Amino acid sequence: MRLLEALGRLVLRVLEQVGRFFQMLGRAAVWAVRPPFDLPELLRQMVRVGWDSIPVVFLTTLFTGMVMALQTYNGFARFHAEGWVGSVVALSLTRELSPVLTALMVTGRVGSAMAAELGTMRVTEQIDALTSLATEPVQYLIVPRVLASIAMMPLLVLMGDAVGIYGGYLVAVDLLGANPVTYVDNSFKYLTVQDDVVSGLIKAAVFGLVFSLIACVRGYDTRGGAEGVGRATTRAVVSGSLSVLLTDFFLTKLLF
Amino acid sequence: MDNPAAAPPKLVAEDLHKSFGEKVVLDGITFSVADGESLAIVGPSGTGKSVLLKHLIGLIRPDSGRVIVDGQDLWALSGLERNRLRRKFGMSFQEGALFDSMTVFENVAFPLRRSGRSPAQVRKRVLECLEIVHLEGVDDKHPGELSGGMRRRVGFARAIAHEPEILLFDEPNTGLDPIMTDIIDEVILEMREKTKATIVTITHHIPSARKIGDRIALLFGGHLLFEAPPEEFLHSKDPAVRQFVEGRARGPLTDGIVEIGRKHLSEGA
Repeated sequence: MRLLEALGRLVLRVLEQVGRFFQMLGRAAVWAVRPPFDLPELLRQMVRVGWDSIPVVFLTTLFTGMVMALQTYNGFARFHAEGWVGSVVALSLTRELSPVLTALMVTGRVGSAMAAELGTMRVTEQIDALTSLATEPVQYLIVPRVLASIAMMPLLVLMGDAVGIYGGYLVAVDLLGANPVTYVDNSFKYLTVQDDVVSGLIKAAVFGLVFSLIACVRGYDTRGGAEGVGRATTRAVVSGSLSVLLTDFFLTKLLF
Repeated sequence: MDNPAAAPPKLVAEDLHKSFGEKVVLDGITFSVADGESLAIVGPSGTGKSVLLKHLIGLIRPDSGRVIVDGQDLWALSGLERNRLRRKFGMSFQEGALFDSMTVFENVAFPLRRSGRSPAQVRKRVLECLEIVHLEGVDDKHPGELSGGMRRRVGFARAIAHEPEILLFDEPNTGLDPIMTDIIDEVILEMREKTKATIVTITHHIPSARKIGDRIALLFGGHLLFEAPPEEFLHSKDPAVRQFVEGRARGPLTDGIVEIGRKHLSEGA
């Protein structure tokens, strides 16, 4: 009985959060198209989300590409299919690994910062102060962060694609002694821009929307002082990451 | 309000009710403030003074009741209209609530961003406001580098920058030393002189309320228990007022005449 109760509460909480997410999505969408447009703030957020995340995304995708090459080589060598390593690395990176891992890393790096920043502003009444100065906090705080994330995620993923494929090349050619010309040839032979690269970039943009809006809502709804800010930050990362993975499944099914 | 028929009130709270979950915070609050008048609302900590103040500017929506500003019902307006109406207000928050990513100058200039002023005019107005609150030469500092009293005054400067008609002060001198407390009161009086604004201040500091207010009201248990001009308030025979004015631990505010009073004491708030 108690188990059912707990389960029911959990379901209610999840539904409540999903509802809150879409409510905020609606508000943000309305405020995004209303003047005034704060371009400097948008650019500032784009630097924070995009430019500042380059090192993390670079390292993540580089090592992912390298590991992919090692692992597939190991497996494929068992039936003398080493030549296909490049294809597998390129396809899995562009379609799946680069968008998802980039999103997870950026959620941890940027999403947590967004939640902490907005949460601190909430508990120190800075958000109330914005409202009192006739400035809509959703427009001033949330819209630029979400738009910047939607815009920068595909660019980060595009870079990740290139870096990851290069990582795979490094391992396959320099470490495992594959023929560089065949490797490159195989890498791009089955890779199509529209199906593989673009589908990954669409995913990236959606992930950008999901993680940034969740982080902003978490921060915006913060209650209860410093502890509340900590809680909001943790939840932003946890539910942000989970939502990225969940959306990934449905998007993959949709875009295939 | 000696003569309520003379002019329509600037700000009216009409039967405000607000609960957070089980806890009833406002239980039918009604008052009005005339144009240019200064009302001080006092009461023990944790009785919902800040909540009441936030209702007046529409930061919190009442469960029932109305807030009327210049004849306009705050919650009958659309969000955009409400935002426009908020330009009539300037609010100073408890800890200043300065934007900590911005310098003092940028904080005070914030309300002027979309006012159509040229950068030179903005600069002039910001320095003017900082001068009114007696802060000069700090405009390029960040809030973190300032003392509590200075932060409070930057908050004042930001609140008056766009020349509001109504000023709200949330605990303007809590947590400051006695001298700074009095300086803050002086600054508020000077601001009143210069802006001719209608003022609502909440505080638990009786000397401040006496100095700033044309009227003092006591908020407790979700009700305004008593309301009078300062001298009358201070010499009132009302037991609750007496207890608060004299600062005694025992009395009707804490003795369980009101249920919340008992809870208040047991929570040690």
